Amino acid sequence: MLAYILRRLLYAIPILIGVNLLTFALFFVVNTPDDMARLQLGAKHVTPDAIARWKVEHGYDKPLLLNARASGSAQLTDTIFFKHSAAMFVFEFGKGDDGRNIGNEIRTRMGPSLAIALPVFVIGLLVNITFALLMVFFRSTYLDLWGVVLCVVLMSISGLFYIIAGQYFISKLWNLLPISGVAGGIDGLRFIVLPVLIGVVAGIGSGARWYRTIFLEEIGKDYVRTARAKGLSEVRVLFRHVLKNGMIPILTGAVVVLPLLFMGSLITESFFGIPGLGSYTIDAIQAQDFAVVRAMVFLGSFLYIVGLILTDISYSWVDPRVRLQ
Amino acid sequence: MTRIGATLLKTVLLGIGLSLLAGCSDNWNNPYPGSATQANVLYSAFSERPKHLDPARSYASNEVEFTGQIYEPPLQYHFLKRPYTLIPLTAEGVPQPRYLDATGNVLPDNTPAARIAESVYEVRIKPGVQYQPHPAFARDAAGRYRYHAMKATEVAGKTQVSDFEYAGTRELVAADYVYQIKRLANPKLSSPIFGLMAEHIVGLKALGESLEQAARAQPDVELSLNDFPLAGAEVVDRYTYRIRIKGKYPQFIYWLAMPFFAPVPWEAERFYAQPGMAEKNLTLDWQPVGTGPYYLAENDPNRRMVLKKNPHFHGETYPVEGDAADQQAGLLADAGKSLPFVDAAVFSLEKETIPYWSKFLQGYYDSSGISSDSFDQAVQFSAGGDPKLTDSMRKRDIRLFTTVETSISYVGFNMLDPVVGGLGKDRQKLRQALSIAFDYDEFISIFRNGRGIPAQGPIPPGLFGYVDGVAGLNPYVYENKGGEIQRRSLSTARKLLAEAGYPNGRDAKTGAPLVLYFDTMASGPDAKSRLDWMKKQLDKLNVQLVVRGTDYNRFQDKIRKGNAQMFEWGWNADYPDPENFFFLLYGPHKKIATGGENAANYDNPEFNRLFERMKDMDNGPERQQLIDAMLEIVRRDAPWIYAYYPKSFGLRHGWVHNVKPNLMANNTLKYRRIDPALRDTRRAEWNHPVLWPIVLLVGALVIVIAPAVIAWRRRERKTA
Repeated sequence: MLAYILRRLLYAIPILIGVNLLTFALFFVVNTPDDMARLQLGAKHVTPDAIARWKVEHGYDKPLLLNARASGSAQLTDTIFFKHSAAMFVFEFGKGDDGRNIGNEIRTRMGPSLAIALPVFVIGLLVNITFALLMVFFRSTYLDLWGVVLCVVLMSISGLFYIIAGQYFISKLWNLLPISGVAGGIDGLRFIVLPVLIGVVAGIGSGARWYRTIFLEEIGKDYVRTARAKGLSEVRVLFRHVLKNGMIPILTGAVVVLPLLFMGSLITESFFGIPGLGSYTIDAIQAQDFAVVRAMVFLGSFLYIVGLILTDISYSWVDPRVRLQ
Repeated sequence: MTRIGATLLKTVLLGIGLSLLAGCSDNWNNPYPGSATQANVLYSAFSERPKHLDPARSYASNEVEFTGQIYEPPLQYHFLKRPYTLIPLTAEGVPQPRYLDATGNVLPDNTPAARIAESVYEVRIKPGVQYQPHPAFARDAAGRYRYHAMKATEVAGKTQVSDFEYAGTRELVAADYVYQIKRLANPKLSSPIFGLMAEHIVGLKALGESLEQAARAQPDVELSLNDFPLAGAEVVDRYTYRIRIKGKYPQFIYWLAMPFFAPVPWEAERFYAQPGMAEKNLTLDWQPVGTGPYYLAENDPNRRMVLKKNPHFHGETYPVEGDAADQQAGLLADAGKSLPFVDAAVFSLEKETIPYWSKFLQGYYDSSGISSDSFDQAVQFSAGGDPKLTDSMRKRDIRLFTTVETSISYVGFNMLDPVVGGLGKDRQKLRQALSIAFDYDEFISIFRNGRGIPAQGPIPPGLFGYVDGVAGLNPYVYENKGGEIQRRSLSTARKLLAEAGYPNGRDAKTGAPLVLYFDTMASGPDAKSRLDWMKKQLDKLNVQLVVRGTDYNRFQDKIRKGNAQMFEWGWNADYPDPENFFFLLYGPHKKIATGGENAANYDNPEFNRLFERMKDMDNGPERQQLIDAMLEIVRRDAPWIYAYYPKSFGLRHGWVHNVKPNLMANNTLKYRRIDPALRDTRRAEWNHPVLWPIVLLVGALVIVIAPAVIAWRRRERKTA
């Protein structure tokens, strides 16, 4: 298995170079270093000299991909692409246009992102599986029917609506929790409850319906009939057998997103004032801070690859028939 | 699995319970856990994290909101007086320029600008002013700096300035001001005003070139600015420095009230330049060191910024002069009292307007702006058109303050365009007709909730040269009807359009419809109604308007290359002088060829001549006369459609005192006073937790779950 993991990690290098190159090309097609300089320097008193100085300061004064004036390997290495991209493979992200160290920002912001994303993921998974199993337990009854209707209703509502309604009722009208913000230690829990609650409720519709479909497929199989024939209660059948066998498709969806939890949520973080990586990314896009966008795309790609590897490993863990070679 | 699930559930419930209990000591929705009751702390918010806090770099309003409280330039604006008046801050007095001829002889004050070779400003600062406590100043028993020669390993455990055990201070000296002026030329700082100042300060351009060469020669070595002389800024004695300006530039005095000209101690630069500091974001750009009333005690721009009272602040008193309106508004109640009033100010990051507004209504922010979403909830207009607070706001003792900004929004015509440009009579009439057709009175009412006043020319209210009322109307667009300013009729616009060669919106020669192109950065559904309104305005003249929406960069590019025909733009005053608006129409500042700020590429020789005279004059009747003549020219030529002067509306709670909008000053935090006891009472009153929804929710869950449990039991029994 170790050889398999190493091989997959090596495959990741050309993928990451490709992603990097694509991000670079897309960004610079619409945004030249001059444009970036003008945006950063503001609308007032911007002279060609100021633009030139800004480019030198931020390392954007070199050719994009090929330096014809240089000789030898410097033709490739003395370029914006190389200077700004090579170091990322050892997780050196450099500085953003505001001069702040990106690596430091990522390390600082991962915690707040995880503080929301991880509970939403874990609690959401538990709630969705439980709700799906209940619907399966009461399949073909009014409870199942209304459960599905509820899921469709929940799915049809925009995520933003949950946030606005949650903030309005729980924080503004009933004064039960702070409307936004973040704090350290035990105090921090009060700030997490509302976004987590909203994140879980917003995910019930799609999650529970999907898991219900998986469990319904399993429940018609022969081994379930055998388990029932052995005299096992329906609860035991569902939790001991159906749930275990339904884990592979659940893992496919769940494990792959696990590393991406670090990246946070764009809208939730913005509305709840959570200083995570989601809001960092959206701010960088709005400010056209290429250094940060590039770093976040790189990190996202890397974590996605890690997620896929973890999914493969989890297959073999859940289903002993799966062997990784 | 079920056991694990149950344990997890218990943990989560326990966590929720504990967190709620933690909040039981005060209001459950209090976003400031652990904050002391009756703390003399001001609570505010920022929506976008500041990019730069280095006084050589920060220019944006969300940056000077912080730097303005920390750094002290030699001058400041009087808090209450209008028109805006400069007064000393760290300086002993407002410096008066000394004029010299080419041979260095002193000239009388009334010498024509053309004869003046140099203006010399000598600034004497007050002795005894101390910097905030900072490790950069800390010395050991032998007098050596404790933290000026650290290794990367010594910096390793430090993540913020407060992690350094020792802090020190020192007296502010004139050399610190000179040092900062040199910093404007440092290529590594990319100061936004370097280009402008290099044109005015003697030797600054040459210093910039020398520093650039030195930086290129030794890219990894931190430049020691003290080793580079600057002819235009020199230390006279410990408390006096001298700035030499090329020719006459009376507006320079206003720059001395901006953080760009605040002192920076060389020790701070040396401290932050050490290896390992920048990686922790320990830089002067993020951790300011100043002499102001506050210092940045907590700097987490991703969450909150906290300013605390500088224990070494030199002291200042609340102004004793103000007009009758200030007296009536209670703005002189604290006259002569020691500043600053609040002990600390907490600025929380609040990106979205909905939570910001909700927290303000809950009493967790002391003041707020009014977004479009909440405007109707907060403000209503009387029959006379005056804004007043709604009943719900008044019940909460919320106060409204309004002010016309020293800004202008306008629609510019590219004067080089063959259709709308040029100074010929027919082109003037075309632009005048379009100016009448764009009904900005209606625009202000529909799209800005009444927050603006129709502009009559380039100079906004509050600046010398602005004339209020019917005496100051733009006669080409408005008329005086019984003492009321009224927009001219559409029939006048149609007549002007016909005289311009486009009767009924068609070219008199070819019969082709007149099609105009409007460039804007606004796009998307939010802007659609506004852009539709623009089209509708010209429909009234049977003229077609094609809107070309584009992003910021492309828009700037079009303006720079002169590819736009009509475009919307605005300008916010740097300083309260008409020159700062008229220069936007000065020919030699055209975007095309010079890259200046004259985006309309307007170039009228007569206007240019008057501008050159006016810009160097002191305020007085003679200057007003020139301004009137210039206004007449630009109103007649109409290179802009003078749209509106924005009006800002703000709200504050009844416990916040000494609020008077001052659009020039950025150091007004020191004047704010709050009543913490009243705030605590109101917060408790407004934020009682409402518990019945929890009971209802539990009840609803029981109602839903109970039949399911019963059904499950029945089924289990059946199976058995």
